[in-house]
Amino acid sequence: MWDYTDKVKELYKNPKNVGKIDNADVVAEVGSIACGDALKLYLKVDDKNVITDAKFETFGCGSAIASSSALTEMIKGKTIEDAEKITNRDIADYLGGLPEEKMHCSVMGREALEKAIAEFRGEVEIQGYNDHDGEIICKCFGVEDTLIRKTIRENSLKTVEDVTNYTKAGGACGSCIHKIEDILNEELHFAEIMKAPAKPAEKRELTNIRRMQLVEETIATIVRPELQKDGGDIELLDIDGKKVMVALRGSCSHCVLSEVTLKNLVQERLREFVEDDITVIEGK
Amino acid sequence: MEKYIYLDNNATTMVDPKVLESMLPFFKDRYGNPSSMHSFGGLVGREVEKARMQVARLVGAEHDYEIVFTGSGTESDNMAVMGVLGYYRDRKHVITSRVEHPAILSLCKKLERDGYRITYIPVDRDGNLDVEMLKSSVDDDTAIVSIMYANNETGVVFPVEEIGAFLKQKGVPFHVDAVQAAGKIPIDVDKINCDLLSISGHKFHAPKGIGALYVRRGTRMRPILYGGHQERGRRPGTENVPGIVGMGAAAELALEHLPEYDSRVRKLRDRLEEGLLRGHKNAVLNGGRTNRVPNTTNVGFEFIEGEAILLYLDEKGIAASSGSACSSGSLEPSHVLRAMGVPFTSAHGSIRFSLSRYVTDADVDYVLSVMPGIVQRLLEISPYWDSKKQEPLPINL
Repeated sequence: MWDYTDKVKELYKNPKNVGKIDNADVVAEVGSIACGDALKLYLKVDDKNVITDAKFETFGCGSAIASSSALTEMIKGKTIEDAEKITNRDIADYLGGLPEEKMHCSVMGREALEKAIAEFRGEVEIQGYNDHDGEIICKCFGVEDTLIRKTIRENSLKTVEDVTNYTKAGGACGSCIHKIEDILNEELHFAEIMKAPAKPAEKRELTNIRRMQLVEETIATIVRPELQKDGGDIELLDIDGKKVMVALRGSCSHCVLSEVTLKNLVQERLREFVEDDITVIEGK
Repeated sequence: MEKYIYLDNNATTMVDPKVLESMLPFFKDRYGNPSSMHSFGGLVGREVEKARMQVARLVGAEHDYEIVFTGSGTESDNMAVMGVLGYYRDRKHVITSRVEHPAILSLCKKLERDGYRITYIPVDRDGNLDVEMLKSSVDDDTAIVSIMYANNETGVVFPVEEIGAFLKQKGVPFHVDAVQAAGKIPIDVDKINCDLLSISGHKFHAPKGIGALYVRRGTRMRPILYGGHQERGRRPGTENVPGIVGMGAAAELALEHLPEYDSRVRKLRDRLEEGLLRGHKNAVLNGGRTNRVPNTTNVGFEFIEGEAILLYLDEKGIAASSGSACSSGSLEPSHVLRAMGVPFTSAHGSIRFSLSRYVTDADVDYVLSVMPGIVQRLLEISPYWDSKKQEPLPINL
């Protein structure tokens, strides 16, 4: 039994915007009956690019119906440009969350929207178009690397299991799991590079006052919160040039790893945020 | 909701009130250990032996000591296969079917990783086993054949007697997973000619957490657990006395109620099935009609999805189950329906109704009265159905 939110239950019981729009400006379909879920999205768009009506037809489970209903509610009245910003996360949030294994339902909603917008802009031909711009990774569910990469980035996915929950890739025969692993490693590496702070331009020589300020600030805002997570604390006893004397308190004070904590955490942090030749000494 | 109509008896069953009654003393005053030297424990031991006899009768065992109590059907299945493989260490081939319960299939996957050769016998569109292929797969290296008596999803009954006779002549050990047969059809281990046979208490109105393995006298196997001398050393660990007593009582009641399954329950099932098939343009039967346990029907509702059907049924106070991908938590429809070659259009919309002797005519009427509304609503939402014309739209797979 899935742990669906009340919002999900409300929307699969009484979905909104079910059906066709007879003179729709755009019709986009994703998924297939073989895959176990499919969504057909109908949009009416006015000359100011505002989505004036949205309807859907869905083949799928409760959360697929609820996600489709949520999507249509979210995009109605929005311009194409604003609707384009909606992520699968937003759909899941609108529903008050989805079970991890069902996140692919929110991804399906986003995919349908994306496809509808592309069709609206004439980026693909409606008849017999080819939307395969990526390499098919999962043959069982026809999932392309482009969707996998996008979903990893937008949802900060970390494991193959996450990728399967969100895109279904790897969920059947499992033969593509090593490919998913490769993609995941590339994406995680990419995220790492994007996240790393720019190196300080030049080594600066600090004045004593500035150094003291920075040491105090770093201990208060970075080191102490980290130690407090484990029930510890730190007291700054003295600053003598580049020697910083501290005492560990709370659960840290009788921790056999206090020496390691000092070196690894306190000194590392001070070297990172203040100056790279600071030494930390333990006082009482 | 006033009343819940429970049509998921292949998943688990209600504990019969008489069974519960039989167990209660062993949770209270009679808590002795059957292995003790004092009469306080010894008298409890007698009740365990009485239950062993009751279970022996349910499966037609000649000797009561051929029954080993276990913790579940899964444990019984594992003990049978692993136990026999533990004895025949030089034989590295196992035969089973593609539609077994995970208790056997997952074990076979593990055995494959350990270097065993596993032959998975296919089934046809009706769910019937390819017995000729099974026979021709047996060779000198075959350590054990493990086949289910009745399939949990479709209720299809396999010709275990024919297989048993063949294997007896070949001298190959034969295990039958009869978890879904017990209490629904008569079981006779001598007619089947099996060496081992698994059953599980909670499938026939005993509580969860108790199973049994029939081990024919003279079957060569090793224990899979090591410990005390309980169950003649075949399954060490202090006995689950209340569970065993309950399973004994349930076994006796199951025997008494067997004729009712073949008559009243079968009629109810048939009426439900025919009503569903007649009442819905998009309904198809999964599995053959002839060789089935009397309580199970598996109906595929094309172009709509099983989990959604279950959620809507649940709203109406009806419990059933589905072989669809979504309801299982996996992403593929059930391995049983796939092995049968059931098309995706109906596999994803398959609903299993499994009855028990507690199901009434009124229950079936109620299901038949609410089902059309549910199916119609989901067809309206489906992109594959033309609600105006009441017919399927062309599908791009």
